[in-house]
Amino acid sequence: MSETGFIPAERKPPALSVSLGRSPKIGQDRTLLGVVIFIASESIFFLAIVLAYVAYRDSGLATARANLDVGRTAIFSIALFASSGTMALATRARSGAWLAATMLLGAIFLLGQGSEYARLLGEGIGPGSALFGTTFFTLTGLHGIHVLAGLVALAALFTANLGRARAVREVAWEAVGFYWHFVDAVWVVVFSVVYLGTLL
Amino acid sequence: MTAIPLWVRRPAGERVGWLRTVDHKEIGVLYIGMGVAFFAIGGLEALLLRAQLATPEATLVDPETFNQAFTVHGVTMILLAVVPLLVGFANYMVPLMIGARDVAFPRLNALSFWLSLVGGIVLYFSFLAGGAPDTGWFSYAPLSERAFAPGTGVDYYILGLAVNGAGTIIGAINLTVTILLMRCPGMAISRVPLFVWMTLVTSVLILGAYPALTAALVMLFVDRQLGGHFFDPAGGGQAVLWQHLFWFFGHPEVYIMVLPAMGMISEVIPVFSRKPIFGYGFVAGSSVAIAFLSFGVWAHHMFAVGLGDTENAIFSATSMLIAIPTGVKIFNWIATMIGGRLRMTTAMLFAVGFIAMFVIGGLSGVALAVVPIDLAVTDSYFVVAHLHYVLFGGTMLGIFAGAYYWFPKMTGRLLSEGLGRWHFWLTFAGFNLTFLPQHWLGAVGMPRRVFTYAASTGWGPLNLISTIGATILAVAMVVFFVNLARSLRSGEIAGDDPWDAFTLEWSTTSPPPPENFTRIPAVTGRRPLWDRKHPESRDKK
Repeated sequence: MSETGFIPAERKPPALSVSLGRSPKIGQDRTLLGVVIFIASESIFFLAIVLAYVAYRDSGLATARANLDVGRTAIFSIALFASSGTMALATRARSGAWLAATMLLGAIFLLGQGSEYARLLGEGIGPGSALFGTTFFTLTGLHGIHVLAGLVALAALFTANLGRARAVREVAWEAVGFYWHFVDAVWVVVFSVVYLGTLL
Repeated sequence: MTAIPLWVRRPAGERVGWLRTVDHKEIGVLYIGMGVAFFAIGGLEALLLRAQLATPEATLVDPETFNQAFTVHGVTMILLAVVPLLVGFANYMVPLMIGARDVAFPRLNALSFWLSLVGGIVLYFSFLAGGAPDTGWFSYAPLSERAFAPGTGVDYYILGLAVNGAGTIIGAINLTVTILLMRCPGMAISRVPLFVWMTLVTSVLILGAYPALTAALVMLFVDRQLGGHFFDPAGGGQAVLWQHLFWFFGHPEVYIMVLPAMGMISEVIPVFSRKPIFGYGFVAGSSVAIAFLSFGVWAHHMFAVGLGDTENAIFSATSMLIAIPTGVKIFNWIATMIGGRLRMTTAMLFAVGFIAMFVIGGLSGVALAVVPIDLAVTDSYFVVAHLHYVLFGGTMLGIFAGAYYWFPKMTGRLLSEGLGRWHFWLTFAGFNLTFLPQHWLGAVGMPRRVFTYAASTGWGPLNLISTIGATILAVAMVVFFVNLARSLRSGEIAGDDPWDAFTLEWSTTSPPPPENFTRIPAVTGRRPLWDRKHPESRDKK
């Protein structure tokens, strides 16, 4: 073609993601594998933060027992846990309605966390007040940021799914779903360690 | 007649420019360019340190500047020079070596690079914002807490390393998926070149280690900006938590920096010995063993902290254990050379230099794994000598071997062998002159990171030798840069396969076209190009 002897490739590289029907497999689809590896890496990140919380648990236990409302947080937690169910339904049915339900439940969880933060800060417990505040706000705050990022991903998926074009790659449903279930699973650990831990 | 297009052989009119490129080769070159630039900056910082230490009671720089210089030197060399250089070569070579047209996520690849670079710029911006971090590259708490480091240097350290680390993690995801899913037909994982194996293992190490650093940085950020108490003993926190988290990242980081260099010489040595690598499975398998063990040795950086005899004994044992898979590789490389028809090119010289220097660094490492020895020389120049034998004598010599080996593929031109020999021998002499005396200095008690020392200590002569060595090393680097510049313009035309090599990157043009191959190759062995060139002596498997 050109004087440098460059011969154009006989075919374009494959599209970024191979769609394998309705349920792409992790071991074959690069997007899904990438998301799974990302989640594995994120797990190490949360593990380090949770371990720090556990290491300092004893010195903050009295404050935690006196100030955390386990029952109220449990209700908001159920909203987040339920959102994993609605996400699974959304993924299976490629359903925008179930996506909206997932986003609503995620937002309810964040509102619950926000109101709890407001109450604690009002009582003078903040990240700088004592070791409990430092570890509590860091751990739950980082989780909250991940929920927020998940909501953004859900919103992007929801928007792309609107209209007749349906410009969503099949694998995007699975990928966003994986991430959302991960955020949910992290909360199972955080809720157990931080809130249920006060009942021991 | 224009020169051969560098880095990627694009048809005229199809250039996309460095800012917009998502081609793995151009991003690889960007990474390498970043690494070279920061390597030069970090080297100048090192020269400043050596100039100050050349004579006792010198006052060339003040203590504050000295502290900033050794801190930024360490961070720069490790995170902004060596890692980008290695990731850059991996970016350029891995898709070529496995017969792929690009990495799995080309746009994400560009994001990785730009995050890595911005992280470095943020760190260096601290100089303009009131002073660089001065707490050492591992930035121990509580020294790094606001009470003891009130300036903004540590805050830029936190931000810069977190952003840089995000880029590195995303890059590792990309390379892992690429290697697992993008191999050409017949390229079983048991057939990929060893550099690809090392890149895979390194990527997994990055994915396991860097998040721990990010977590530690977040905690330090909470302490400094939100008044938290993670590492603040006065508030009930424990400063040693930082050390645990940091070295949980920091020791795998050592293998992140050395395994890809081992991969490079595992390509160079067989080609210039005209033999397949001896014990392919052992080279690959021992790397996996190193990866596992590397997450269980971090507290050997903390023997002097006082964790207790049991803990120290356990970490001493695991640290010695990791010498076994490392030693296995040394034997593999030597056995590859035995009986081979050796061609002592500059690339091969650097590869052999790697083995010799890395053995010294490895042995002093085993010595440091012995708790009583470590207690005697901890935080002394013995440790400085050890880590430079591993990271310069090992990693950097490996990178130079890779550079001489792959430069023709990336540019279409050979590096000058004449200047290359000067580069090698000046490096070899300068390096040993710089760092060998530091073993003695450490053994007689010179602490690391001191800004000066009294004449009565008697450390003057060895320090002067070390500084002279560093100057020779600097001259060697100038020779290398001259070689790069001259060969880029007027080096001998390389052709597709100047070394009569084994692997797929040499089967395409130099430099390769966008999308790398006119036809995706299919392979039947570990040396696909050799098999194609020499069908009469194909590898059996």
